[in-house]
Formats: sequence, structure tokens, C-alpha cells
Amino acid sequence: MTHPYIPNAEPGVRAEMLTAIGAESVEEFYADIPADLRLNRPLDLPAPLTAEPDLVRHMNGLLGRTTGTDEALSFLGHGCYPHHVPAVCDEVNSRSEFLTAYAGEPYEDHGRFQALFEYVSMMGELLEMDVVNVPTYDGFQAAGTALRMAGRYTGRSKVLVSEAVAADKLSKLRDFLAPDVEIVPAPVGEDGQTAVTAFDDSYAAIYLETPNVYGVVETRGRELADLAHAHGALLVVGADPISLGVLAPPAAYGADIACGDIQSLGMHQSFGGGHAGYIATHDHEPLVAEFPSRLFGIAPTKVPGEYGFGDVFYDRTSFAHREEGKEWVGTAAALWGITAGVYLALMGPHGMRELGETILARTRYAMDALAGSVTVLHPDAVHFREFAVEVPSSAALLDRLRERGIYGGVPLDDRTVLVCVTERHSIADIDRLAAEIAEIAAIQETL
Amino acid sequence: MNTAEPFAELPVAPKPPLRRFHQARWDEPIIFELSRPGRRGIAVPEPGAPRVELPESVRRAEPPKLPELAQPHVVRHYLRLSQENLGNDLNIDVGQGTCTMKYSPKVNDRFAAAVAELHPLQHEDTVQGVLEIYWRLERMLAEISGMSRVSLQPGSGSAAIYANVAMIRAYHAARGETHRDQVITTMFSHPSNAACAKVAGFEVITLMPDADGLPDIEALRAAVGPRTAALMITNPEDTGIFNPRIREFVDLVHEAGGLACYDQANANGILGITRARDAGFDLCHFNLHKTFSTPHSCGGPAAGACGVSADLAPFLPGPVVAFDGSAYTLETPERSIGKVRPFLGVTQNIVRAYAWIMSLGAEGLRQVAETAALNNNYLMRKILAIPGASAPWGTRRIEQARYSWQELSEETGVHSEEIGVRASDFGVHYWTSHHPYLVPEPFTLEPTESYSKEDLDEYAAILAHVADEARRDPEMVKGAPYNQTVHKIDPSPLDDPKAWAPTWRAYVRKHLS
Amino acid sequence: MSAGVSVGLVVNPVAGLGGAAGLKGSDGAEVQRAALARGATPRAGERAARAVRALLSRRPGTRLVTAPGPMGEHSARAAGAPHTLVRSVPPSEPGASGVTTAGDTRRAVLAMAGVDLLLFAGGDGTARDVLDAVRELRERGERVPPVLGIPAGVKVYSGCFALSPAAAGTLAAAYISGTSGVSGTSGDGSGRAALAEAEVVDLDEDRYRQGLVSPVLYGALRVPAAPAALSGRKAGSSGTAPGTVEGIAREVVSRMRPGVRHVLGPGATTRAVGRELGLATTLLGVDVVERVERVERVERDGAGGRLVAADVSEAELSGLVEGGEAVLVLSVIGGQGFVLGRGNQQVSPRVLRAVLGDAPGDAPGARAAGRLLVLATQQKLAALGGRPLLADSGDEDLDRMLAGHVQVITGYHESTIYRISAASEELNG
Repeated sequence: MTHPYIPNAEPGVRAEMLTAIGAESVEEFYADIPADLRLNRPLDLPAPLTAEPDLVRHMNGLLGRTTGTDEALSFLGHGCYPHHVPAVCDEVNSRSEFLTAYAGEPYEDHGRFQALFEYVSMMGELLEMDVVNVPTYDGFQAAGTALRMAGRYTGRSKVLVSEAVAADKLSKLRDFLAPDVEIVPAPVGEDGQTAVTAFDDSYAAIYLETPNVYGVVETRGRELADLAHAHGALLVVGADPISLGVLAPPAAYGADIACGDIQSLGMHQSFGGGHAGYIATHDHEPLVAEFPSRLFGIAPTKVPGEYGFGDVFYDRTSFAHREEGKEWVGTAAALWGITAGVYLALMGPHGMRELGETILARTRYAMDALAGSVTVLHPDAVHFREFAVEVPSSAALLDRLRERGIYGGVPLDDRTVLVCVTERHSIADIDRLAAEIAEIAAIQETL
Repeated sequence: MNTAEPFAELPVAPKPPLRRFHQARWDEPIIFELSRPGRRGIAVPEPGAPRVELPESVRRAEPPKLPELAQPHVVRHYLRLSQENLGNDLNIDVGQGTCTMKYSPKVNDRFAAAVAELHPLQHEDTVQGVLEIYWRLERMLAEISGMSRVSLQPGSGSAAIYANVAMIRAYHAARGETHRDQVITTMFSHPSNAACAKVAGFEVITLMPDADGLPDIEALRAAVGPRTAALMITNPEDTGIFNPRIREFVDLVHEAGGLACYDQANANGILGITRARDAGFDLCHFNLHKTFSTPHSCGGPAAGACGVSADLAPFLPGPVVAFDGSAYTLETPERSIGKVRPFLGVTQNIVRAYAWIMSLGAEGLRQVAETAALNNNYLMRKILAIPGASAPWGTRRIEQARYSWQELSEETGVHSEEIGVRASDFGVHYWTSHHPYLVPEPFTLEPTESYSKEDLDEYAAILAHVADEARRDPEMVKGAPYNQTVHKIDPSPLDDPKAWAPTWRAYVRKHLS
Repeated sequence: MSAGVSVGLVVNPVAGLGGAAGLKGSDGAEVQRAALARGATPRAGERAARAVRALLSRRPGTRLVTAPGPMGEHSARAAGAPHTLVRSVPPSEPGASGVTTAGDTRRAVLAMAGVDLLLFAGGDGTARDVLDAVRELRERGERVPPVLGIPAGVKVYSGCFALSPAAAGTLAAAYISGTSGVSGTSGDGSGRAALAEAEVVDLDEDRYRQGLVSPVLYGALRVPAAPAALSGRKAGSSGTAPGTVEGIAREVVSRMRPGVRHVLGPGATTRAVGRELGLATTLLGVDVVERVERVERVERDGAGGRLVAADVSEAELSGLVEGGEAVLVLSVIGGQGFVLGRGNQQVSPRVLRAVLGDAPGDAPGARAAGRLLVLATQQKLAALGGRPLLADSGDEDLDRMLAGHVQVITGYHESTIYRISAASEELNG
């Protein structure tokens, strides 16, 4: 049988084409591959499931051996968040025209350029910054690139990084900045906020996140911006855009670069496959020049009233004094940018504000609900979406909860659990978690 | 009764030789121009709990100036934009050479959607099925490359190259050989090899092509030494030419104490024919969105896979999936370089790539490779028959070929890019990214196994037509496109800081205020 | 089209004559007469017309300023271009012999100083004549227009020529559009200047006819840089920009150890090294420079450099490199790939021996490693089409000693390994 994905596997057409080429067999095309490099046996792979029903049965068998967050009650977050994904987001990003396109010119792929331009434009409004990149891989990469940009911009090779950042992200930052930029950690204070004790002219930037890894909203952004600027350094802030309907954007308190992950804006959790990163700055040419990413902008066409698009400041990567620590540009996460644009267009300014208010309120409600049976950390700080609790044993608590159909949170260490609450968690869901934890705590105390 | 004069008759006349295409042209405004205050696209749950008053230091002062639209209009706007985009499903997409544009089976999208509600930090016991898919795909890619272990964490091909560079750096550091600070690559290896090596702090030595278009092995001999960290090479290169002396290249680098790293972005024509490890490579990477059919998604999310020999396995990014015969678990390799991206990988694409290989098997993969090579050699004959088109360095090619319009361009003043834009008027395209720009007026065609002979005939006929047009009426070609969503763009404001508009707010500030 | 933009056109009607007649160049009245006698027909006028047509199709109505007769007027007419004739050139219907002189070209250029862009059709010899006129304008303190060559000669090795006549017209149109638009096109060093410096090289034709290739660097002209839109505003997925002259200079400076004398050969690339050091080194001469202090990281404004001596003679150079550590920094001159012996004869065999010393090791290139830095962009090497770089120091033994593979710096932290041969062996063998 001719494989349904390979039209020219059909023997008749194959022979016709070989004749047209003047070749005896396809072997002739491999004349340059020496005999001793040839694999003279079939690959050792499972027997194929060419018939679609057979493949579906096989895949369903595998995928069925999972219990998703829609089957359990999940409070998992820590970088991947269970926000509601509007049906329209899925509808748009599953359109074959977007899903299967790659990198056409701004003519035949006008739609991609406009959709991504609109995405960066809406992000720009949310962030109050004029320049936003076409998405990079994820929030890790966005932070790494933002700090490298700060290093190149200032000509300095040291950054102060808040310790209230996820361990995995720090791992990535250490590796990615390794040859050029040294990371100096800034400790977390009692209040769950980043504390800067020492800073001088040798630093390129201060980096902090808000909400940070503990869900704590950093309130001293302005102070840190002033400190950084007094020493010729930049303030780089990692912010989840979903919080910005209610929280002040980093630019409002003086940040020079904002960055982060956009998974919250319309991407499913997808076992970690929904990530994309943003980087934003003001329209300040020397800083814009440091973007390794593509920037899309409006250009006129021959016809009045038509919007054309293209790459802004395309040749910026060739500037000599910026060749140190230059980064690559590649296929990253454009479709998630388009999706996040759809999300922001659906939400509008008031949807974003209402969503933020709901999350703030439910987060506080959950903290209060759990406070009776476990120790809630940083209780006086403003929290958004996540908070940490201290328990006798993270693993024991989470195992007991899992037995009761609840994914109770992410263990940050043996005694600390991070709990995540979004607009998808009803008050009843939170009450159920609190009740189960209270019950488990009571049992454990009696043991 | 119809009394109108008949104006056409049956049978319907045959189709003309070239398709009368026109791209959707909705003349769609920018979404901000569709806004009317008070409208909403989706509703949000009420808090159901007391509101939290924010301190002024963190409270947003003014609502963001996002557009306000009702849901039908958001859908209509974005569906119009989608129609103004030429996806692979809609065209003979052989023109984005080096990118391996192939059919992404629809059924695999369903499998991808099935992981939507899985959180990456769920307990292993609750995600055994998806961990098994990771494990099985890793084992299949290990067999296809001959490598010992594979990481599926990187988010793209370039990210996989970077992960490989990071492992190379960690490997030498672990052996106390931090003086190895040079990476050798070739002119027609994918440029991300040089770029990633530079980011990781290496100095890059690029070997130029010799008179046959292959990297000069004598130059390699002179380049290797105690500072050599690695050779990072694509094969076949972006020219489509397979380097027959690749084993010697690898051996020379090994003799100098360096590692050999194989960029398998161009693996589509050699699946089941030859393997990275069998040529002596220590590391390699695949682009799952190229060779293994996951959709390109307008430029990601993609997925990359790093394959390594047993010696390099302890350095892999973590975690990787382990299997003890009964259960799948996550473990971090002993000397792991750490994370290259959040969590385990772009899971939707891992699932898709796995399903794709499962639908083909060993024989099917070989048929993919052979058909890709057949299609390329067939298309090459047709392209080289067009006056003004040429291919440097003869006609030995595997799965793609880089061509030149130099002759046509010198004769007519029409550039390759303009020919590509004019071709889009007929519903096909080619892209113009041809680093390192050594071939003048380039275009790179890669007709993967997804295209039929009839497709290739049509594509060649369109290019032949446009080439002929360039001779007869160069200004017509230079003025293209005509049948596209928009007309010819004047890019000059894009480079002017006073005029450029990378967001709508910048546009409004600079041009509408 | 914007009002007031004017494009000058000068045609060297005899350019290219010698090639057709197998005379390897057309310089000098004797050769031109010989070519005409062999039945050669002039083609420069027709190639100029082709460029003008390409210009007009993009910028209809562009007004040309040109010289009478075959020196431009005929081409303008053939292309249907509105044009004005300059008066100051004698209406030199070229003499009965049909020959114009270099002086005619120079006078025509001098008369067109007011244009926004000057197109000239010819070869490397014509480019030299244009360069001479440009220098004269500069000396007089007059405005110097940017120029662009329409390739029409036998020898077209200079960087001031477009790829083809049509390409010249297209580039000219793009350039004048830029000057009338809002986008910045000034050569103010902001980095997005629409003008670039291009070398003018020429072969010594007498030597060429004897089978000896001798490119000489004569100077540099300001030409419109091909904007991104023409070289391709890439919609690509990847890649860094190719190495730049500035990147090369930065790499050289990052390798310089303070106190070591560095000999900068002629050329725009080596002059960029001087600029990176904050020094005004010469384009045509050989200069000796040093880095003054140990700076691990080169500051943006250029590392501190010291000009030890500018435009030195062979004897001076020999004195400066004797007895101390020194490094030669040479660029590739012209299209043949010469590194030594063309335009840098000051770097004599005795200078070479003094710098390279008697470094041990027989491995190819090992002798020169670290003491000879060769600079070239990847494009320049690619243009060699796989042919080797050439050394012609005047001492064939020394040339053979240098033969092998050398590291060529192509950008910041970027290099290639490239073959270099003794010119005597490569050209005679």
C-alpha cells in the first residue's frame, strides 16, 4: 500500500520520475554516502500503525494512563498555571493557516505579521512600553536574554538576581549567562520580598519578579529602580502579564526591561508545552538595538489605507560593538503570541481588571482558609495567585491529598508547599482543599 | 423561466496552465480600530470573596488601553487574518528550504490536544502514559541516530544546538580542559551552530567551501589543535550536498581531543540510510518540527532533541525519563547542565512526533527519506531547465538544493526576492533566508516526501513563468505582488527610529498624534 | 520623485574595448586604437543605458546631468531619460581616432560636483579617474557627491561597482529615494548610513599583459550601500549577520597585547582597526600602532591606541620591527586574493623575516601563527571561488615558507582557515 502521507511512494510515479531524472534507482542519490557509513539493516522500530484507527487506539491507550488536572482538583502552579483558556483561543490557534505556516514574506503571510503585531501591541498597552518582541521560547529564555541585553547595554558583566525566583529558572540563568555575566544572589527578606543590601557601579542590572516565586507581590520596585539608576544599572522585572489588569506594570515604577512568560494568556498547561516569553522596553534606540529577537512594525504599501508589515531595525545585530554575547534568533513560540493576542482582545481592559480582582480575592481567601491548619508564609504580604505554606512534611501532605483526588500544590522543599489558586478554582474548591488539609493535619497530629 | 441570454456553455473549459489564484484580501483594520468602549469578548467569574485592596505602590493607575470587542468580532477578525496566511496545508510548500516543510497529520493534533490539562509537576504516578511516550520517543530517536541517550527538553532546533554546546563546554570543564575555547563549523552548516557557540563563549572558526562546495578538509587539519572544543557540522549541508569524507572530519577532531557534534536539521533524506553515531559523532540533534512532522506554527512552538553518546549522557539537561521495567520516573543526570527550558519539553510536539513515527515504522521512514531525495532530484532537473536558473557545484544533492538566479538577475535587474514575491501571486512562495549569502541571488527548495510529482511540476512551471516574465517585463515582477492581501511594501520607515512603529502605541504616538 | 534630485552620468565610451579584443584592459590611447583596429565595438554606452533604464523604471522622471556625446548623452537618449548637459567639458567628439582620455572623465566629474549621485560606466581604470577627480574636489573644498560604478570595463575588481548595470540602476533609485524620504541616510556614523566606503583597486595593465597580476590599491570612494531591502530583508528563522569590517577590527584589537608593535597594511579593513584604537591611520600607507594599556574589555569608545609611525617607508618599517616582537596585520587586496606584494611592498622580505623570525615547526601556517593576522570578510573570501590567497613578497623562498593554511579573521570571535600560496607557483603553475 502506498503510505497515505507519501504521494510519490506509489511505484508507477516513482518509476516515471526516475526515468525523467535519468537514474536507475534512488540509490544513485546516495552515491556520496560511503558504504561503511550505510546502515545495512532496517531500523529497529516498533511495527507501524499505518491505519488511523490502529494509531488512535494505541495513542488513546497511552494517553489514557494519565489523570489530568481536569479529573483531579489541582492547585499546581509554580510556573505553569491553570487559567481558563477561552474556546476562541483554541479555535484560532488550531486554524491550519496559522498552525502549519512558517516564515513566509509579509505578503502571503500578512495575517501572521498582523496577528503578531497586534499581540505585541496589546502587550505594549498592558506593559506601558512601546517595544515588545515576537515571542521567544519561554519565560526562562526571556529573563536570560533580558539580562544579557542589560549586560551588553551597560558594558558590565554582573547582575543582582533576586532569590525569590524558581530554582529551575535560576539553573537556566546560570547556564545561559555563564560565559559573560555573573549572577550575584539577592536574599529574600522576612516579608517574602527581595532585599537589596549591597549594590554598586559594577552591576548591569537588578532582576526581580513580581509576583515572585512565593506569590508575593514586590512592593519596592520604585526604590530598586532608583537604586539601579543611581549606579548606571537597569531594573529588569519579570512579571506575569495576567496580573497587570490590577498590578502596576513594571514601567510604572521605573523598570527598564520587563520580561516573562505568557502561558497564562490563553495557553493550556499541556504538560509544560504552553510556554512563550516576552521582552519589552521603551522606544530607546540603544536598548532596542540590544534585542536579539524579531520586532514587527507597520510599513506603508503602494495602496493608501493598506497596512504592510516588516522587521523593525533589521540590521541591528550586525553592529560591531554589540557582537559580544550576540544571541541567535530561531523558531520559538510565535503561535502562542498570536494566541495571547486573541486572549487579550477577548478580555479587554475591564476583563483583565476583573480577572485580577478575582484572583487577588480568591488567593487571600485560600490563605485565610488554610491558615487554621498549616502555617501560611508571608501572611502580611500582598499575594497574587500563589502562596507558600509550611507543613511537617510536604510529601506526606501531598500524598494524602492525592489519595483524596487533590493535587495540593508544588513542594518547594521538604516542608514548604506552594499552592496556586486561579479564577478556575471556585470558593467550594478552596473550601474542600482547606477541609481536607485540616483533616489530614488533625490525623497527623494524633499519630 | 430563465429568459436571460446564455453567456457560457458546458462543458466548462479546461483549467489554464497556471492557477488563477488570489489570496484573501479582507482589508482588515488593526484590532485597536475595531474597539468600542464597553464591549466584551468574554466574561470573568466574580470573586465570591472579599476584595483585596492593593497598596498604591503596586496598584495599576489606569486600565490598559486594550481594544474592546464582542466575541463574534474577535473571532471574525482573527479568522480573516488566518485566511490571509499561507499555511503548509494550503500550498506546495517546497520553497522554505532547510525547513523541511511537510504534512503534519491531522490525527496527531488530536493527540496533542489530549495533554492540555496535564500539569508538568503532577506526581509521576498520575502521568505514566505521557512519560511512556517520552521514553518511547527517546528510544526511537536513539535508534535512528545510533546515540545512547536523548533529551527531548529543548524548545527548538537552535535551543537543541545550544544545549549541545553547553554539554560540550561542561564535558571539557569536567576533564579540566577549559582551554578548549574554539568551535569549528562550516560555511554551509546551519548558522545557529556558530551563533550558539558564540553565546556559550567560544571562538568560532568557519571552514569555507572548496571548489566542489564541500568544506576544505585541509583547512580542518590546520584548524584543529589543543584549543579545539568541538566540530559542529550539518550534513548534508544547507546546500543539499552530503560530505562523503565526514568520517575523516570526525576522526581529525577526535585526534585533537575535541568532540564531534552533528546538526541533523537536514536528516529528512537520510533516515534509515546513515546514522550520526556510525560516523563517530558524540552529539547530535534533530528538529522534531522539521524531520518528524510537527507543525511549524508560524515559527514555534517547535521541539528539538539532543542525542548523545554514553560518555556525554551524564551531562544531558534534566530531568530525563527513566524506566525500570515497570514504572516511568524522572531523574536528573549526574552532571547535568541543568535546565534549558521549563519542565520536560514541548509535550504536544513530543506526542505528535511519536505518533508520526508510529504511523510509519522503519520501512516508512526509509520511504520518507528516499522519496525526499527522489523529489529533490526530480525538481532539480525541472528547475535547472529554466533559463537563468543555476545550481553551483554540480547536481549531487540529497534532499534539498540551493539555486541561484544570478544569470537572470544580471540580465534583468530582477532580484531573487522579487521573483519569490511574484510567485506568491500564483499561490506558492519561497523564502529568502539563505545565510551565509555566498550564493548570489539564492533560492533554496526542499521538496519533502509530502509533495506529488504534479505538485512539483506546478511549482516549477510557476517559477519558469515568473522567470520569463522577468525578461519580458521586469517592472511587472518588481512591482509584485498583485494577487495578495496587500501590495508592495515600502520598508524604509522600519529602519528609522523616528518613524518605526513596533507597536500600535508607538504608531499612534509618532504618526497619529 | 522628489523635486531637485539629480543624478550625474559619465560614460567612458572606450571601457571594455580591450577585453573584447583580448587586450586585457583598455587603458591608454594606444591600446584603444589597437582594439578599435581589431574591430572591437564600444559597449559601455549601451551598458550605461541599461542602468539608466533600470533607474527610470523605479524613479520615472529622474533628471540626469551628463556629458555630451558618447560620454553620457547618447546613453541618456537611448534610455529616454530627461537630461541636462554639462558645459565645462569640451564637446569632445572624441578625436578622429574615436578615443577619449582619462582627462575627459576627470573633467566631466568635476563639472558634476553638484549632483546627488554620480553614476559612471567603465572599469577599474575609469574608477581611478573618478577617484582623482574626487580628490581634486576635496582639495578645493568642494562638495563631493557619492558615486556608483556601472560595470563596463575589462577589469572590474574595485568595490565601487554594482553587480550589473541593472543592479546599478536599481541601487541608484533606492539611494535617491532614501535621500528624499524621512529615513536617515546621512553618513553621520550612526551606523545606518546609506553610504559605505569602497576600495578602488586597479591592476598594472602592462604587467597584466605579461601575465603578472598586480593589483594596487589607489584609494576609496563613498558609494551607496545596498540597503537591507535589496540585499534581502530576511524573513528567516535564524542566523547572525555576517561579520563586518568593524567586527573584524574589534577582534584584532581584542587580540592585541599592549607594547607589541602592530603593522597595519593598506586598506579599508586595516584602517577600521586604527579607528577601533581611536587612531587616524592611513588608507594607502603602512602604519605602525600599539595598544597602550592592558584593557581586558575594550570600551565602546575605542581602546587606547598609539600611532607609532604613519605611512612608513620600507626602511623605516624595517627599523621599527627589528629586535622586538611585532605582528603584521594585512588585508586582502583586490579580487585576486593578494595578501603580500601588492600595495604593501613596504612589507619587504627583510621586514617579514624580522617579524616572523625563525619560528619553529613545519606545520603549514605554524610559522606565521600569531604574527601574521590576515583580515577579510567572508564575502571577500567567497568571491575567490575556492582559489587560494596569494603571497608575492619578492622572495620566492619566503613565499613558499608562508604557503599553507592561515587563519583569516572574518568577524568578532569569528575566523576561517584559508589556503595561501606563493604567487609565483600559483600563477605560473
